[in-house]
Amino acid sequence: MDDRLIQLIVDEVVRQLGRGVGATPADTVPEAEPLDITSPEARAASLLADPASPDALERMRKRTTARIGVGRAGPRLNTRTMLTLRADHAQARDAVFSTIDPKFIESLGLMTVRTMCADKQTFITRPDLGRRLSPESEKLILEKCVHDPDVQIYAADGLSTTAIRANLDRILPILIETLTSSGLKVGTPFYMEYGRVAAEDRVAELLGAKVVCVLIGERPGLATASSMSAYIAYNAHVGMPEARRTVVSNIHKDGLNAIEAGAYIAEVIKKIYEQKASGIELVK
Amino acid sequence: MATLLSVGIDIGTTTTQVVFSHIELDNVAGYFSVPRISITGRKLLYKSRVHTTPLLDHDRALIDGERLAGIVRDEYGRAGFTPEQVDTGAVIITGESARKENASVVLERLSRFAGEFVVSTAGPDLESVVAGKGSGACLYSEQNECRVLNLDIGGGTTNLALFDTGELVHRSCYDIGGHLVLVDHDLNVSSVSAPARIVAEAEGVPLADGSRTSLDVLERIAKRMADLLACAAGLGGDEALLERLRTSTSTGGIAPAGARICFSGGVAECMARMPEDPLAYGDLGVLLGRALLEGRLCREAQVIPALERISATVIGAGIYTTSLSGSTIYYQPGIFPVKNVPALRLEDEVERACVAGDGGPLAAQVEWFMRQGDATRLLVCLKGMRDPSYDALAVCARTLCGALDKALPEDAPVLIAVESDTAKALGTLMARISDGKRRIAVIDAVHPMTGEFVDIGPPVMSGMVVPVAVKTLLFG
Repeated sequence: MDDRLIQLIVDEVVRQLGRGVGATPADTVPEAEPLDITSPEARAASLLADPASPDALERMRKRTTARIGVGRAGPRLNTRTMLTLRADHAQARDAVFSTIDPKFIESLGLMTVRTMCADKQTFITRPDLGRRLSPESEKLILEKCVHDPDVQIYAADGLSTTAIRANLDRILPILIETLTSSGLKVGTPFYMEYGRVAAEDRVAELLGAKVVCVLIGERPGLATASSMSAYIAYNAHVGMPEARRTVVSNIHKDGLNAIEAGAYIAEVIKKIYEQKASGIELVK
Repeated sequence: MATLLSVGIDIGTTTTQVVFSHIELDNVAGYFSVPRISITGRKLLYKSRVHTTPLLDHDRALIDGERLAGIVRDEYGRAGFTPEQVDTGAVIITGESARKENASVVLERLSRFAGEFVVSTAGPDLESVVAGKGSGACLYSEQNECRVLNLDIGGGTTNLALFDTGELVHRSCYDIGGHLVLVDHDLNVSSVSAPARIVAEAEGVPLADGSRTSLDVLERIAKRMADLLACAAGLGGDEALLERLRTSTSTGGIAPAGARICFSGGVAECMARMPEDPLAYGDLGVLLGRALLEGRLCREAQVIPALERISATVIGAGIYTTSLSGSTIYYQPGIFPVKNVPALRLEDEVERACVAGDGGPLAAQVEWFMRQGDATRLLVCLKGMRDPSYDALAVCARTLCGALDKALPEDAPVLIAVESDTAKALGTLMARISDGKRRIAVIDAVHPMTGEFVDIGPPVMSGMVVPVAVKTLLFG
């Protein structure tokens, strides 16, 4: 390719670029807010340039969180779709790897305990350690918590601290108050760092709790990173079958909102307490 | 999985019919999710033959409650059901007869057979919806993603309902029907209803009780009626005349044009199987059907076939009047069923004040409403909050409790319908605040409007949901 041709191509590219972003200097262009592609407004926007039936597309999009009707560039995703996917993935990673602000936990009046995991890396790579409490934490729990409660409720980060940050302050008061006012002895709630679901079995054993319930961050997906679950078990003990856990999942603002979930879980716990059974043994 | 037995009784100007059906409920949410109970099936079990609505000999404008009760009782027997078995359903008195004074007496007579939780009447606008669902127009519009206008043309009235992709977008009712003029084979006119007189006058033809008429005159009246229905369907025409024929209790007007058309009701039966005798039923029915087939509606709009014609209303009443509350609700034992509870939708600023902790405007609106309607109970309808914090919801609960306790009569329960999915939490908080002073129920996923009435049935599916029916008109 000769230099003249290259020069022509470069000129044309520069000309088109200039037209695209506005050829005028930056100070004369009005300062526009950068678009947050993860905002609800940006997500609601239709990305298909010329849909045959905009109404039908809208109806289909309302029924799913899947990224449908986003168009394509040849066989690949468009830039905006690609960036949104990466942003959502980044949020999911943040939910897993970030730690929670201790002030938030303190503001709820909760003490913090830990599993055998010393850090996030260990927590991610050693699920077995996330199910066992550190000796110091066991001691702390025995010292500070009410013994032999009817119901022991606590929160754990699990795989999403974002979920705890978004939901815990909404769900905890209604859950505890409802159970207390129906005459149950509710144990001292706390927060567990680097906790997996089955750590609740050890908690129940330590405190002699009839029912144990952990509010734990769910493994985030690309649809939401702030979803929380409650795992509830009657007479839990280390090594018990997983089938004996009752689970309420999908607690977040676009699923079941936290406060309604709290009222619902309180009812489930009462049922478990009365039936003395949980998981598949519970008659719904 | 649970099944509700639903009855539908349609008492029209000319015909009466009874159907029984099963409404199937199931939890459609996954095992690990909060339950979501939905209606998963609707199955017709029994459809009675079409009876002539019995009228009193001394006054042909009045329904003979005694004989009607007999017909209904016999149909229960033939279907093999007792009133105690019936969970839900609707008795609908359509057409002209709905305005007759004895409707409430008739309903009272029927209530002995109908069962504990049955909607008494729907009101003309809601009947349009019921007929449009029963005829299959709603389903067609959903499946074909299009607009369908259902015209249920009965003896006394025509009920119009427009559906867009399964959603109701317009409803109205006009006093146009096949039984507005009664005439024997010798062309002796025995009765002309007021709406028919209006049409005859506008057409400039003579038509009076006791006189002889001609087929030509009757055809002209039928054609004029068919033309007015085209006008009601948005095709243009004598809108002033049409307005005079609007059923007085209907709030709807002319439907927007451009939809596909579906015909149901007795006249649609004539259109589908045209009798050779133009006076086969001793009224205008056959002629009106013929006029519609030849008229503008059938020429200018695409007509779709109805699944049910004469039985559209009764099937709609039996199958589609019951809906379900959300699956996380709050109620105290024994509070349901409740019947005929008027709904009051809070104005936005009243609800905003409530959320901010000021119950004054709420108490004022409730007190005003109770005085206006002479009501003793009501269902307060709120938008509610989306993902509220505990403190915000607690403030709202406290305000509601305080204001409603002040505004409601002594023994009235606190009944609330909230749009956002917060019914269980709100009810739980309110019950704790009220501490047994009042009985409390909070439900969601139902959206009645002010002026409508609500029946809420006893809880089903292990008490997770309650069946709900909304109606617009009450007698007595």
